[in-house]
Amino acid sequence: MQRRQIEEHLPGLRRYARVLTGNAWEADDLVQDTLERACRKWLLWRVGSDLRAWLFTLMHNLYLNQRRTVAPVQWQDLETVADRLQAPGDARDTAIDLERCLQQLPAEQRAVLLLVTLEDMDYAEVARVLQVPVGTVMSRLSRARARLKELMDITPTPPRVPSEMPRVALHRLK
Amino acid sequence: MKHASSPSDDTRLHALADGRAIPAGVGTEPLGTEAEARVRDWQLQRGQLRALHADLAHTPSPEPLRASAERLQTHLDAQAAWLRWGGMAAAWLLAFGLGWFMHGYNAATAGPSLAQAVPTGFVRQAAWAHAVYQPEQRHPVEVGAAQQDHLVQWLSKRLGRPLKVPVLSTQGFELVGGRLLPGDASARAQFMYQNAAGQRVTLYLGALPETAAKTPAQFSFHAEGPVSSFYWVDDGFGYALSGDLPREVLLALATAIYPQL
Repeated sequence: MQRRQIEEHLPGLRRYARVLTGNAWEADDLVQDTLERACRKWLLWRVGSDLRAWLFTLMHNLYLNQRRTVAPVQWQDLETVADRLQAPGDARDTAIDLERCLQQLPAEQRAVLLLVTLEDMDYAEVARVLQVPVGTVMSRLSRARARLKELMDITPTPPRVPSEMPRVALHRLK
Repeated sequence: MKHASSPSDDTRLHALADGRAIPAGVGTEPLGTEAEARVRDWQLQRGQLRALHADLAHTPSPEPLRASAERLQTHLDAQAAWLRWGGMAAAWLLAFGLGWFMHGYNAATAGPSLAQAVPTGFVRQAAWAHAVYQPEQRHPVEVGAAQQDHLVQWLSKRLGRPLKVPVLSTQGFELVGGRLLPGDASARAQFMYQNAAGQRVTLYLGALPETAAKTPAQFSFHAEGPVSSFYWVDDGFGYALSGDLPREVLLALATAIYPQL
C-alpha cells in the first residue's frame, strides 16, 4: 500500500464537508472528527475495500449525529440581510446563493445531492456510503434537485448596485 | 413543485444530467420539453455545485488534519502489513496442516457422508503399513486366510468390536490374511488382499480418537509416495484402503468394501 493515501483524500473530504456544513470551521472540525473516528475504528476497515467510501460513511454518520445534538447553525442572519446583499450578479453571487439554499435542504437530501454532483459518485456508491437503498438515493436526489431549483428561483435577484457596501455584509456572515 | 413523471423517468433524467449510464428497463422514448428543460436545469445546477469551493482541492490542509491523516495512515498500513504477513502465515499453516488432510480430497459418488478434515496420522500409518507388509513374501500376514474365523475373532477382540472381513472376489481380489498393528491410542488391524496378477491391497482399520470419529468422512484420496489410499470414517472407526493401484481401481474396491462393513 502506498503512503499518503489518506492525505490524498483530504482535499476532497474538506471540500465536501465545507459545502455540506456551509461553514469553514465546522467543516474542518467534521473532517478532524472523521479522521479521529477512523483512527479508533480502523480495525473495521477491510483492506482493499474502498477507503474513500468508508471515510465518507464515517463522516456522514458523524455529521448526522452532530446535527441531532447540536442546534443547527443560525442562518437567519443571512436571511434577514438577504435583500441587502447586493453584490454584482456574477458567479460568486450565485455561489453564495447556492450555498445558502443548500443549507435549507434536509441534511440527507443535501448529502445525496453533493455526493452525486460534487463527488461524482454513482448512485450505487452513494447508497453504500449513506447505507440506504438505491431507491432512497434516487428519491432523495429528485427531491433535492427540485427543491434546490425552487429555492434558487425564488431567491430575489438583488438589484445591481455599485460595489462598496456589499462585502461588509458578507464578512459579517461568517 | 409538481412532477407528473414517474420515478423511473426521474432515474433516466438523473442519469442524463449526471452523465451516468441509463439503467436498463428505463424508457427510451424521446424526452418531452418539460423533461428536457429539467435535465438542463439539473446539469446547470450540477455545474454550479461542482464549482463550489473548488479551490479547496488545491489548498494545503491545515496541520492538525494532516497529522490525523498521518496517524490513520499508520494504522491502515499496519493492518495491511499484518494481513499480508498473517495471510502468508495462514497459507503456510494451511499447506502444512490441512494440506495433508485434504490432499487429493475426493468427493466420491457412493459412500459415507461429508468429510471436513481427515486425521492425517491414520491414513499415513495405513500407507506405511501397506508399504512395509505388501512386499513381504514369507510373512505378509500374521494369520492367514485359511484361519479366517480365528483371524476375525482375534482381531475383533483386540480392536474391541466385531469385525467383518469384506469379500472382494468379484473384483478379483482374495483375502491373504491379516495382522494386528499398533495405533496411536489403540490397536489397528490390517487385512491384505491379492489378485491373480500378484497385486496387493490392504485394508487398515481401527478406532479413531473421538474428535476425528465425530467427523463423518466421504471417501477421501490420499497419496503417500507410490501408495495411494482411500480413507473414510464409519461409526467411530477409520478405514483406509491402500495399494499401488490406479485411483479408479482403488475407488472401485473401496466402494465394494464399504457396504460390507
